[in-house]
Amino acid sequence: MIVASVGNVLVWAVWIVAAFACLASGAAVVSFSNPFYSALALIGNLGSLAVLYLLLSAEFVAAAQVLVYAGAVMVMFLFVIAYIGPRIESPWAGGPGWQAVGAVLAAGALLVEIVVVIGLKASGHLAHSEHVGAAFGSPAEIGRLFLTDHLLAFEITSIVLLVAAIGGVVLGAHSRRPAGEVPPL
Amino acid sequence: MIGPGVAWYLAVAGFLFGTGSLGVLLRRNPLIVLLSLEIMLNGANLALIGFARNLGDGSGQIFALAVMAVAASEVVVGLGLIVALNRKRVTLDVDRLNTLRG
Repeated sequence: MIVASVGNVLVWAVWIVAAFACLASGAAVVSFSNPFYSALALIGNLGSLAVLYLLLSAEFVAAAQVLVYAGAVMVMFLFVIAYIGPRIESPWAGGPGWQAVGAVLAAGALLVEIVVVIGLKASGHLAHSEHVGAAFGSPAEIGRLFLTDHLLAFEITSIVLLVAAIGGVVLGAHSRRPAGEVPPL
Repeated sequence: MIGPGVAWYLAVAGFLFGTGSLGVLLRRNPLIVLLSLEIMLNGANLALIGFARNLGDGSGQIFALAVMAVAASEVVVGLGLIVALNRKRVTLDVDRLNTLRG
């Protein structure tokens, strides 16, 4: 009993730290004027999200999040930011324009919509969670689901990645011109 | 399930989605628009994984992995576009990029 309540407090503490880190770094991504700092804040956001995934017993997704997102995708982002050079943008200069007011209103409306839909559709079964075994979210379970129930999604995902890779090559290679030619402005 | 209930995770997911949509609508730099889009996708991922835990069904985690693959492809194409625009010396401002003609 005491062990269970200590575990409960511990999980709450980890959740509070991870959730606040997640929300704070999300706000930092939106508000930093230098894209380099925004990308670094997004890495923190992805890391704290991985902690939340671990608390939801999604071990494989948390590992994939750190490896694929915080590793590969964000390194690509940082390379591109370093390549095109820092472009400082001051998003809050000149007071709030009509676009900023509209953006805040639209984001608030989206948030209200999410809360209302979840409250209407799911409030009945949010209070008690199903009991899950130790295999839930493990790589073996994810692999079994991918190769049995969701095989079509798995294959379509590979096609999407292939198309994206070809698109990246096409976008990156189109301006190979002979030396000495002046690039068109 | 020890610790906070799934509703708490859903609240974090909703706020993440709202933050990301604010960034997409507010910022003019396409790089930061892409980063905010990542926040929106991650909010959706957190909701998917929360519901997967709540219902005891692993399919939500499969969807989250598929969303991550789609996000990786989106980043490849988006960053390719940004590099191509930068090579043509176009201003990187989404308000001015209203045509994609070379």
